[in-house]
Amino acid sequence: MTAYLGKRLLIGLATLLVASVVVFAILEILPGDPARLMLGMNATADAVEALRNEMGLNEGLLPRYLAWVGGMLSLDFGRSYTYSVPVIELIRERAIVSVPLALMSLALSTAIAIPVGVFAAARRGRPADTVAMAASQLGVAVPNFWFALLLVYVFAVWLRLVPAGGFPGWSAGAWPALKALILPSIALAVPQAAILARVTRSALLDVLGEDFIRTARAKGLPRGAVLWRHALRNAMLPVLTIMGLQFGFLLAGTIIIENVFSLPGLGRLIFQALNQRDLIVVEGIVMLLVATIVAVNLLVDLSYAIVDPRLRTAR
Amino acid sequence: MNPPLSEPEVSAGFLSRALANRSFVIGFTITAIVAAMALVSFFWTPYDVTRLIVADRMQPPSFEHPLGTDHFGRDMLSMIMVGARNSIAVALVAVGIGMGIGVPLGCWAAARGGIVDEALMRFNDLVFAFPALLSAIMITAIFGPGAINAIIAIGIFNIPVFARVSRAGALSLWPREFILASRAAGKGKVLITVEHILPNIANLLLVQGTIQFALGILAEAGLSYVGLGAQPPMPSWGRMLFDAQTRMVVAPYLAIIPGMAIIVTVLGLNLIGDGISDTLDPKLRRRP
Repeated sequence: MTAYLGKRLLIGLATLLVASVVVFAILEILPGDPARLMLGMNATADAVEALRNEMGLNEGLLPRYLAWVGGMLSLDFGRSYTYSVPVIELIRERAIVSVPLALMSLALSTAIAIPVGVFAAARRGRPADTVAMAASQLGVAVPNFWFALLLVYVFAVWLRLVPAGGFPGWSAGAWPALKALILPSIALAVPQAAILARVTRSALLDVLGEDFIRTARAKGLPRGAVLWRHALRNAMLPVLTIMGLQFGFLLAGTIIIENVFSLPGLGRLIFQALNQRDLIVVEGIVMLLVATIVAVNLLVDLSYAIVDPRLRTAR
Repeated sequence: MNPPLSEPEVSAGFLSRALANRSFVIGFTITAIVAAMALVSFFWTPYDVTRLIVADRMQPPSFEHPLGTDHFGRDMLSMIMVGARNSIAVALVAVGIGMGIGVPLGCWAAARGGIVDEALMRFNDLVFAFPALLSAIMITAIFGPGAINAIIAIGIFNIPVFARVSRAGALSLWPREFILASRAAGKGKVLITVEHILPNIANLLLVQGTIQFALGILAEAGLSYVGLGAQPPMPSWGRMLFDAQTRMVVAPYLAIIPGMAIIVTVLGLNLIGDGISDTLDPKLRRRP
């Protein structure tokens, strides 16, 4: 298991390395001169050239790449071209919106999906199962930003329970801030939950046919205990795998959902930065997101060992 | 003469079994209707989607306009029909790119094994570490928004998916007797892949194809919604949702209708996929 995790860690690091080269290369071919952008169209060629020198844009590709990667290792993501503040400041400012949003969606989607999946598997082939699976089939097909619009219409415009968009900031108090994140997190969570519920159900159905389940039932354990303690734990591996994969979708989903609700998160920041050709900000956010996904997948690998003790001694 | 050496007949009765599957029939019907709508839109739509009649703007569904009109007075039914064309074209070509490059790569990795296989799987891991939508946003932002760039952006992320599926399918076939038999008969790996592996993983690829098709439609809608997909005069479902957003209060149907179009199309494709995999998997077929 340790060897396996070590290998996964190495692969994760290699992924980050290659990702940094790809991101750097892609953004290198973008048209537009950051120095020119910062100084405006009226600046003299000399002034632009001076700034290019100061920003190190006239150095070769390799020194610039190495300086960028080296900086990131010490959490220095460079300075934003348009905001003239360290990129890490911008990211921190925006992450306090995006990270709670992603975590709330993940928690909500798990809280919906696992019980629905277990419920459907326990009633396989009966009306409750059919209804749950039909609902999840529908949920998979719903675009999250459309669902978001619908939620805004019903809960913000019609019932006036929550704000339609915007973010008051955490300084306004925890409740108003959380309230602004409720609809976005539901919009993100429901389509994800639909997929996860289907995975949970089919993983459970595979396990429920095993001998140890029959043994547990035969020795007189109540149905609920067999289902939740014995069966679910053994069905967790595929569920965890899909949750890990979904985390990437969730992060990407926040980009669009933040636009629907005008939330000042990382997604909005990356759009603004792309439009303003503030490449260093784009690079920083993308690398951070990729690093997060790599880390989450490592955690998933690690969680296999926690969920399934057999894997701890294997290999 | 030697039964175990003959190739399993996967496709025998496949179609008739699929036609007995409820999911498949419903999904196929829905998809056929959407596809027919898109095809008809090439030579006939109830109204011209390029003509703006401001006097008729934002009319709720009526006899003349079954789905109402948008903020420019364009007929929503016509917009949905032309939008279907765009969604289907983008998603279909993106699946084509994914299959066209991914399947040969996956088959190659399975046939060669070793370093080729390992390199391919690590490449897959790398692509999966990029959130597809984020990368699509970057690609379209760099090369400019538009349907073609959206196709490429979505297509690239279909490559590792098809590579993985075809590799897994091919790996499970290589040790089988009928493959051994043809190897013993002196056939090369390329010929075996074309003659035996591909026909036997075709159904798997078909299922994955419908899934990726559905995901492609969702992705295209997302990209158009943020303004990076098909560009305005060209109607697209995602763009229609974006336009509807600010008019939600006065005209909610403007948002509901394109959303329904997306959902129904994606649902239809997913049902086809479910139907095919139910038909293929004998374990599921015994379902009570």
